[in-house]
Amino acid sequence: MPGSGSRSGVSYDARGLVEPHADMPTNIEVDGGRARFDAADLTIRQINMALRKLIYNDGVTDVTVLNPSSKHSLAVGILKRCRIHFEGSPGWFACGLIDGPEVTINGRVGWSVAENMMSGVVTIERSAGSLTGAAIRGGDLIVKGDVGARTGIDQKGGTIIVTGDVGINTGFMMQRGRQIICGNAGMNLGDSMYDGAIYVAGKVRSLGVDCVPGEWDDADTELIERKFRIHGLGDPPEFQKFVCGKQLHNYDALEPSERKLVIH
Amino acid sequence: MCGIAGVIHRDGTADVGAELTAMLQSMKHRGPDSTGYAVYGPADDLVVIRFVLAEPNKSTGFGMEERLERNRAEVESRLAKIGAEVATVTSDTGYAFRATIRYGGDLKALADYLEDVPGCEVLSLGSSLEIIKDLGDAQTVSGQYNLGSFRGTHGIGHVRMATESEVDLASAHPYWAYPFADVAVVHNGQLTNYHQWRRRLEQHGHRFQSECDSEIIAVYLAEYMARGLSLETAMKHSLDDLDGVFTYVCVTGNELGIAKDEMAAKPLVLFESDPLVAVATEEAAIRALVKREVETRDPYEREVLVWQV
Repeated sequence: MPGSGSRSGVSYDARGLVEPHADMPTNIEVDGGRARFDAADLTIRQINMALRKLIYNDGVTDVTVLNPSSKHSLAVGILKRCRIHFEGSPGWFACGLIDGPEVTINGRVGWSVAENMMSGVVTIERSAGSLTGAAIRGGDLIVKGDVGARTGIDQKGGTIIVTGDVGINTGFMMQRGRQIICGNAGMNLGDSMYDGAIYVAGKVRSLGVDCVPGEWDDADTELIERKFRIHGLGDPPEFQKFVCGKQLHNYDALEPSERKLVIH
Repeated sequence: MCGIAGVIHRDGTADVGAELTAMLQSMKHRGPDSTGYAVYGPADDLVVIRFVLAEPNKSTGFGMEERLERNRAEVESRLAKIGAEVATVTSDTGYAFRATIRYGGDLKALADYLEDVPGCEVLSLGSSLEIIKDLGDAQTVSGQYNLGSFRGTHGIGHVRMATESEVDLASAHPYWAYPFADVAVVHNGQLTNYHQWRRRLEQHGHRFQSECDSEIIAVYLAEYMARGLSLETAMKHSLDDLDGVFTYVCVTGNELGIAKDEMAAKPLVLFESDPLVAVATEEAAIRALVKREVETRDPYEREVLVWQV
């Protein structure tokens, strides 16, 4: 029934791809504050409906999703403290726009995991696709494997930890936050970054525009040791630090209203 | 936005038609307008030709049935005139045909001669390559052409969302590398020096069935291979010669290769085991083929990988 639900009355048929109606799954097992369900035969909308109902309406704080089967956009926009476990591999855009959840994924993820995450922790036990942690604002994102290109593009805060290698344009235009890369980094690391820090333990194929080696201080050591301790990553290897050279953009760090007072 | 997929079995034949259908159907959201396959069955001494005599949405109407029959007879007549011995001619749709012939002559001359028949477009030519493409999603096309029973060693597929051109067969992937036998390509991306390469290749005598940049890749690679380069070397050259953002999969009679541009801007997921290699735009397609949790990865920028049957 394409177009149903449209308040404007305009019918919109996305070539049979829309899912205007979805029934609440009936295979959810709830035990106190915990719940689990098998997502193998569920649609994306059903899975997200179930997650939201359990977390927002039913007081469940710990949900296990079995067999996410690489479906896209799972657990997006959850703005509440809770635990979500994926037993398997979600697809693209998993856990985007979350604020608070602690998510574990024991498989791999596709592109854009935790995009725009505001707070919380997302831990992926295997590899991840490109655009991992794109534009994240806060929280910790841990990938225990390799990731694709453009990790932390437009990153505005938070910490991304990758235990394997990262691809081209990692940290592209990042503005704040930290990236801790235990493996090698591809071309153009930190290209056009504004601020923040990127730590790399392996080889860097090339630095991007205005990305330069940074001075190491005790705060860097403390940060890395703390993150490794919190997330059970063992002893950290030795890292090189890379920061913005501050030659490319305007770095006065003033708000527009403040700039009027200072700059004539 | 389109979806591409490829599969190669290194330990014999398998149901590659059904496998690609499952993979492509799982990516229907990336393109429901048309679906195409390039699949490789066991090679023998016959040449396989896949050709169409009309676009699907123009194959009916007043006098069309007679016209198609007349043109089909003309194709068979021309095959005989050029010295080919026709073994079989079959059709699943009335406008798309599969012929097997005994022919030892020039394939380019053969393709040109057949395409001179009104409405005729040769989709593929070779000893084992068969390109099948039509409008609709993978299940629709597979059902139409009975691909569920196709056994072979490897193949590629494409689901297309028409964004810049018609919903028709000419714009549907895969593309055969006219006039080279058994070479085909599917591609997700945009080539920004398309016109430059098209002019160059046309100056070398090649013709193009479409306005699609993907067809350039097929002919470009086949041209290099015809000069004696391996598929892998030709693909590595393409990373320097072709501008734009792209991920493509190329198949020959016994190989399947993937290439990603230097920005790694277009997605591809790879699963590799001893007997089976599968690639797809999205991991969901790999899951559709391999039901258990498996290790997969995204190939990096400028990565070229080739596997043999």
